[in-house]
Amino acid sequence: MTELTQSLRESFTQRTNGPLRLLREAAFARFAKLGLPTTQDEDWKYTSLAALAQMRFEPAAEATVHDVDRWTLADAAVRLVFVNGRYRPELSSRAPGGAFIGSLSAALVEQPELVERELARHADSHGDALTALNTAFIEDGAFVHLPAGAALQAPIHLLYVSTAAGKPALSQPRNLIVAGANSQCSVVETYAGLGNEVYFTNAVTEVVLGDNARVDHYKLQAESARAFHVALTQIHQGRDSRFSSHSVALGAALARNEVRALFASEGSECTLNGLYMATGKQHLDNRTLIDHKSPRCTSRELYKGVLDGHSRGVFSGRVLVRQDAQKTDASQTNKNLLLSDDAIVDTKPQLEIFADDVKCAHGAAVGQLDENALFYLRSRGIGQEAARSLLTYAFASEMVNLVPLGPLRARVRDLVTSKLPAFERLKEAA
Amino acid sequence: MTRSEPLLRVKDLHATVGGKEILRGIDLEVGPGEVHAIMGPNGSGKSTFAQVLAGRETFEVTKGEVLYQGQDLLALSPEERAVAGIFMAFQYPVEIPGVGNLYFLRTALNALRKRRGEEELDAMDFLALAKQKMKLVAMDESFTGRSVNEGFSGGEKKRNEIFQMAVLDPRLAILDETDSGLDIDALRTVASGVNSLRSKDRAMIVITHYQRLLEYIVPDRVHVMGNGRIVRSGGRELALELEQKGYAQVEGRREAAR
Repeated sequence: MTELTQSLRESFTQRTNGPLRLLREAAFARFAKLGLPTTQDEDWKYTSLAALAQMRFEPAAEATVHDVDRWTLADAAVRLVFVNGRYRPELSSRAPGGAFIGSLSAALVEQPELVERELARHADSHGDALTALNTAFIEDGAFVHLPAGAALQAPIHLLYVSTAAGKPALSQPRNLIVAGANSQCSVVETYAGLGNEVYFTNAVTEVVLGDNARVDHYKLQAESARAFHVALTQIHQGRDSRFSSHSVALGAALARNEVRALFASEGSECTLNGLYMATGKQHLDNRTLIDHKSPRCTSRELYKGVLDGHSRGVFSGRVLVRQDAQKTDASQTNKNLLLSDDAIVDTKPQLEIFADDVKCAHGAAVGQLDENALFYLRSRGIGQEAARSLLTYAFASEMVNLVPLGPLRARVRDLVTSKLPAFERLKEAA
Repeated sequence: MTRSEPLLRVKDLHATVGGKEILRGIDLEVGPGEVHAIMGPNGSGKSTFAQVLAGRETFEVTKGEVLYQGQDLLALSPEERAVAGIFMAFQYPVEIPGVGNLYFLRTALNALRKRRGEEELDAMDFLALAKQKMKLVAMDESFTGRSVNEGFSGGEKKRNEIFQMAVLDPRLAILDETDSGLDIDALRTVASGVNSLRSKDRAMIVITHYQRLLEYIVPDRVHVMGNGRIVRSGGRELALELEQKGYAQVEGRREAAR
């Protein structure tokens, strides 16, 4: 048994009571049986958790944080702030009437039936150990419930701030977003570290879309430089629903972001966009699954990676078109820019088609900065480093510009440009 | 500056790419305000010469020297050459999706101004300057909202090069086959833009395969390149002779005269 598993077992036995006891116990048993994945596991071939396995993590302690302004979004309708995984009402803002937008722990007390109807009904079906681990420790996170027909124009901002003191801490936020029939909302998840400590975030978000619902989901991963971050967003789409995901992975020493969408009924659309930018020794893994289980659904996927220094990027995208999913329209693209000879990217697009009347395309590319373009910029007087940054930003900016929310787009742009050398003077590029 | 102190002095310049010698001893002097045309068949080394002057690292200079304003040009990076006042209009301008045309040009101009110790232009002042210079090549204002050369027609790309030249205001402009791929109307527009930028302080090296461009941009000197060297030099009339007799005969005469 690894140090990590041992420390988790100890913290689990200390806390076996509560409304979800059976769910948690079953999940912990599943985790104990599966164990932490290794690179022998096909799904984890390119990402090693060996460093994580050797560490002891304690459930993150409560911490005093007074100021999260750096990470808030000006246009959010509601802001839920979690510090080390725990809801902090004094840092949060109130929900407008109608919908339930609050902490999962509060919802479990106030509206347990509503929560339990969907909680852990979607994400846990794939038998992955880290989701089981999250479920075993379900305690807090966000619960968003939009009744049928409710439409929220401004985004819901879920902000997860980590600040560990002393021992490496583990936070496991668990979020559930249920969008009723014909409802509409945007949800932004921000994961940010306030210091430079080692901590581990293991987050799971389940998104359930009713018929004709629309959810736009944004995830900004800006964890501290020494943090570990593993997250799953599991989407269940009802008939004629529309879902989009925008994943921006910039932080953490090691991060894995997985997005899995299931077309449970026909006529739906799903868009998965992603940007990952790694420097130094960062390892950023992106994994997606679009499960075309139903006919007449459309999926669009575009992930772009920028890898510098000794960093490593992984894109593993699977599109599964099942036998009944006739008239499927699916396209998937992954493009990577390697800025250094020592950076590595593993890209693995997978298209599995079992239906015969479908339109599917996929492609992957790995390239370097265009020497012609670099010379062009330099010949006009732009210095070499600035020219490289400008071209790198030009590559990444496509993903930045796909974020329609102004304040979030500006935040992403700032974070992206701050990862590029000599970009101070080029900031107005976007 | 007198004729004995040229703006650019190229002596016995040799350059290779991938071990293959492309330039085999070029000698050239260009004085301030002069317009020199360099003509020659495909593969004679015209574009290589232009790119070596602009600092392209693909080519290795193996022998010879290039003095610009009395200084060793070959010691400078491409961006330092731009700061020193050298500009090359590309034969194939590069498309750069995601970088706005005007943003790019303002960044370039301010990089030059800053390194020359001049004050940078803010967005408003720059826009005023850009609009004024766009008129020289009849560029539409819709160019301002587009990415650098992205989706531009051949003629639009070449006009964009001359527009950049007008904004960056170089001392030595090298026009590398700016006429290639242009129809007669576009050629006239580009040539009139270039002519409006002729001045006693600005020298130009106009590289072309065809005599036609020189009907619009009338050069002071004409040089013919062949096999990596300048094989003949003369006045305006040399271009006409080339037009009548073709490169083979003109070069051949030089070979025979040796």
